[in-house]
Amino acid sequence: MRARPVDLLRGWVQLQAAPEAWTWLEERLDALAGEAGERDLYIVLGLIPRRLAKDDLELQPDDLAAAQAASDGWNPSGWSLDGAARVLALLAFRSEGRPFAQTFKQLRRTADARELIALYRGLPLYPERESLEAEAGEGLRSNMRAVFEAIAHHNPFPRDVFDDHRWNHMVLKALFVGSRLDPIVGLDQRANAELARIMRDYAHERWAAGRPVTPELWRCVGPFAVDGEALADLARALDGPPVEREGAALALAASPAPEARRLLHQAPDLEAAIAAGDLRWDRLSLQEPAA
Amino acid sequence: MMFIDPHAHMISRTTDDYEAMAAAGVVAVIEPAFWVGQPRTYVGTYIDYLASIVGWERFRAGQFGIRHYCTVGLNSKEANDEELAEGVMEILPRFALKEGVVAIGEIGYDEQTKLEDKYFRLQLELAKELDLPVMVHTPHRDKKRGTTRSMDVCEEHGIDPSKVVIDHNNEETVGEVLQRGFWAGFSIYPSTKMGNARMVEILKRYGAERIIVDSACDWGISDSLGVPKTAKLALERGVPEEAVHRACYLNALTAYGQSGQMQEADWLNPPAVDQRTLFEGNSILRGGREPRIEVPGEQRRRSLTIE
Repeated sequence: MRARPVDLLRGWVQLQAAPEAWTWLEERLDALAGEAGERDLYIVLGLIPRRLAKDDLELQPDDLAAAQAASDGWNPSGWSLDGAARVLALLAFRSEGRPFAQTFKQLRRTADARELIALYRGLPLYPERESLEAEAGEGLRSNMRAVFEAIAHHNPFPRDVFDDHRWNHMVLKALFVGSRLDPIVGLDQRANAELARIMRDYAHERWAAGRPVTPELWRCVGPFAVDGEALADLARALDGPPVEREGAALALAASPAPEARRLLHQAPDLEAAIAAGDLRWDRLSLQEPAA
Repeated sequence: MMFIDPHAHMISRTTDDYEAMAAAGVVAVIEPAFWVGQPRTYVGTYIDYLASIVGWERFRAGQFGIRHYCTVGLNSKEANDEELAEGVMEILPRFALKEGVVAIGEIGYDEQTKLEDKYFRLQLELAKELDLPVMVHTPHRDKKRGTTRSMDVCEEHGIDPSKVVIDHNNEETVGEVLQRGFWAGFSIYPSTKMGNARMVEILKRYGAERIIVDSACDWGISDSLGVPKTAKLALERGVPEEAVHRACYLNALTAYGQSGQMQEADWLNPPAVDQRTLFEGNSILRGGREPRIEVPGEQRRRSLTIE
């Protein structure tokens, strides 16, 4: 039988926390599952980093595989010990008759940055998760990049819950704030023609301003690059600096248009690297090599 | 030399201030919850304000390599709005245990009214319950008596003076504060509080034990470089380096470090890239540059192009 996410979290936290800290947490979790009210929840959430320390959650490849099996797309790499314990506290809490989304909103309104990150990383695991769609949207508006990435990166919630509009704006904002696109779960799966158009417009803005265009942008364009204009953009990028060329080549390889094959053929070095599996979106370097 | 500015309302300051402070050697700031220049009339605005100083402002400071801490509390002016005060007292426990909250403050007296007294005492009890230090704002008017009374009330509530910083001292109040075992804060604030030449004289007379220098910079005419400028002037005028280090760095760390939320390693050994807070590290410490005092915005003013 597959483990439930909450059981995995419990196991990881118990393994890593000091014994007396775990004993304390287990008691608190029991209380939250029983009679404890919201004031107790706030205090437990506040005390968790003090009792358990703020180390990275130590996960082995097996753990990540178990997470993936327990909840499709869930990737807790980069979680912290206190963050995991905070999500456990939230999963344990039984709010009497109050929708979970309301409890979540109250917590989010008074959270510090580290707490926000923990709260949002837990999104795929909460009950009634569809009801948290607007809450996730609010989190994406944050100016704190780490908070934004708690939703956008390594988190299947946006893939599973967002409509195309919110999805597209999340991907676009990732570019704006200098976040990688590759850690977005479901990036290729949720690709759509509207996003491809938005990305191409953005590339034109960057070109007009004389600013570099991140090669990851073209990943959202490739499968929809069928008309002359889109292919012309990719041809232009293929003519650009080395890092941008790599993105353009990968996008051309993903285009269904025969014309794209022909364009890619003009860059035989990149075509060969793609065929050999050496040039891939997840290995793309975004930095130009030092001159 | 590294400095801490343990009283700075950065929410009212620009990025020029952060840049200038970082360049002058400020590695950490403490942002006390305060009166924002005009009264808040809803508890909701108070919640958002406190959420800003525990989250957003902390992140903003981190972008300049400055570690940001704060204190939370109901200030004395707004304690006189009873409806607001009751609401704030209800939500304060939610904020007091946030990351980087190093004290309950700034609390105390303004006009020394009954309501101010009531909420000062309630907050002292909260500090005791949560084992947090206290930052006391002493009144501008009737200062000497208000300062004495603040300390009397702390003692009455069984708060250890070593956990209380009495701030905004002057020549008239410092003697008693030190004699009774409290920390004595001095705000280097033009015109109304303390000037730095006077501060140097106080350091010469009393030494630096339990003395803490801050800028109290805010939305008024104030100087975000109050601490490094005072340190420089003190060194020039013959105050020993060790005493300057205490008054402009170590004492604040010791007093507020009692919260367990502030330690030297936060800025001396930050993780290379702190993914969960996005603290950018301290370029001064990393690059080994000498701190320099430059007017905020100086670099921006010198350059005509905006990229």
